[in-house]
Amino acid sequence: MLKKNRDILRQIGLQIFLLLVLASVLFPFLWIFSMALDPRNIDKPLELTVIPPGASMDSFRRVLFEPWQLLCKDPNKPETCMTFGKLLVNSLAVSLGVSVFAVVFGASAAYAFSRFQFIGRQAGMLGFIVLLMLPASATLAPLYVLLSQIRIGGEALRATLLGLAIAYAAGTLPFAIWNLKGYFDTVPKELEEAAVIDGASVTQTFTKIILPLSVPALAVTILFSFMTGWTEFIMAWSFLEDPARFTLAMALRSMVGQFSTPWSDFSAMSILMSVPIILLFFLLQRYLVSGLTVGGVKG
Amino acid sequence: MAQQTLSPISIVDPNLRKEVERKKLVKTSRTAWLYILPSGILMLIISFWPQIYQVGMSFTDYRITNLRFNLFRPETWEKYAPAFVAVDNYIKVITSNLAIENYDFLRLLIFNIVWTLSNIVFHVSLGVIIALALNSKNLIGRRVYRVLFVLPWAIPGYIAVQTWRNMYDPRFGAINLLFVKINEFLGTSFPTDTRWLEMAHDSGLLYYLPVAFFCVLLANIWLGWPFMMVVATGALQAIPSELYEAAEIDGASGWQKFWSVTVPMIRPAMVPAIMLGTIWTFNQFNVIYFISEGGPFGRTEILVTQAFKLIYEQRLYGVAAAFSIVVFFVLFTITMMNNRITRATEAYNA
Repeated sequence: MLKKNRDILRQIGLQIFLLLVLASVLFPFLWIFSMALDPRNIDKPLELTVIPPGASMDSFRRVLFEPWQLLCKDPNKPETCMTFGKLLVNSLAVSLGVSVFAVVFGASAAYAFSRFQFIGRQAGMLGFIVLLMLPASATLAPLYVLLSQIRIGGEALRATLLGLAIAYAAGTLPFAIWNLKGYFDTVPKELEEAAVIDGASVTQTFTKIILPLSVPALAVTILFSFMTGWTEFIMAWSFLEDPARFTLAMALRSMVGQFSTPWSDFSAMSILMSVPIILLFFLLQRYLVSGLTVGGVKG
Repeated sequence: MAQQTLSPISIVDPNLRKEVERKKLVKTSRTAWLYILPSGILMLIISFWPQIYQVGMSFTDYRITNLRFNLFRPETWEKYAPAFVAVDNYIKVITSNLAIENYDFLRLLIFNIVWTLSNIVFHVSLGVIIALALNSKNLIGRRVYRVLFVLPWAIPGYIAVQTWRNMYDPRFGAINLLFVKINEFLGTSFPTDTRWLEMAHDSGLLYYLPVAFFCVLLANIWLGWPFMMVVATGALQAIPSELYEAAEIDGASGWQKFWSVTVPMIRPAMVPAIMLGTIWTFNQFNVIYFISEGGPFGRTEILVTQAFKLIYEQRLYGVAAAFSIVVFFVLFTITMMNNRITRATEAYNA
């Protein structure tokens, strides 16, 4: 009986603690939700309420269906302006591109680092960690020049979505390789040895044994690289020229003005942009715990 | 020597054996590098080349007029090539001899380290404590909590920092409005128009760590602990329950179980996560740049935001390049020290 009472007390204590944590987690979300519903499109609600007076979904309608006046080829012609749909297509193209590059190239390199003892292995591993630490702030200018030199179909690679996806992928690869290598290390070697005895080639052991057993780490790689493509805007602003190629993240950034920001629209846009990422997180959550192998990494 | 022909295993001549092993190594190396080739080329071009270029830039007086300089077009060399200034930029950066307001390299460096340490302490302790709470037996609503607690990590960083920035607003920001509510409920009279990000003190600890520091710290704690919680959860779930049962039989208290079972078991997972977190926090651009903007008077500036301002506000590309290289060496030293300390304790435990 005493034990049961103690269990109940413990449960209550834990629930109070976790509810407090939950409140602090949700507070900024409720704030942004409240701003999105505010009909006045001003700085912020004048009171702390979830549903502001005169709440409406107007901001969502504006963001979703009205042309973006700031992102037009010709500001006088609304039909040349970007719409949410077009921005979404660009964002998806870039984000999926980054994911494919990161997961395919990353898995292949991670396999080499995990399974082979070869000349230059130590140097290669060190190279990745150094790349993780090098701040990329001053590299934008040389990268701009370099990617302008590479031309595809008479156009500078720099100004295309493909170029952007490649540049992002290079940025996500060090972490992807590091994480994937850590996961591959945990796959028992005996499985491959058995396959080799059965006559499997190196490529076959990789694609038929390692990859199917590493779904969690691959999912995490896809998730993180997708997020990079989805949210980055500094490089995108510097590289892209044609508004028809602009992304959602760039559109969101363009809303924050020097003097005034239409906060309701900004909040609505933020919510619309966060929903897919949050859904991805929820879908992949069971992989998140097992697929992040920061623990399994050894030189 | 007739044995030699039997099979490779029976080779006794050491030179021959070495030769065979060397050939095998070269063959494996070739296969391995073939697998690395695609990502290797990509990173060599996109990541390494600009970094090398950056090193070159750091020894020149690279300014906005030199942007037309193009290494691939010899005709631009004569007219636009930046002047070589040797290590001048490095000296200027380290001796705080730059024509920028409130620039002091040493203070910047120390602030950056304080910022990183205070964040990591909170990220790790909160992450582990909450992971432990979520891992306790018969917890009601475990799945719901787990799902909702990753929200700060899942939301795009830029959106999170803009929201926090808005919440700290002196006029009707959420934090000030929260104090209005608290005053209403408790009858207290906390100020409700605090200028969180702009308050500056002339002396004492608040001079070096202004209120804005605690604001960005709070925002980054909010952003950072879920990652540590996820890593800790993964490690906690891998601990066999027999270990706890054995400790219980030995009469260990809850606290003793935590230090002698939990901590050693989650350590291998937490150490690399902490190293990664250190690098991320040290270079946490978004939180500082968009929330406090380095203010008041540059006292919450960290190294990367300063580097960014050197480029986009001052247009001093050469100086910024030198600055970035210095930042890299600082981070490299910290990581190596981190590595040393954790390795050393590992050996001690064993």
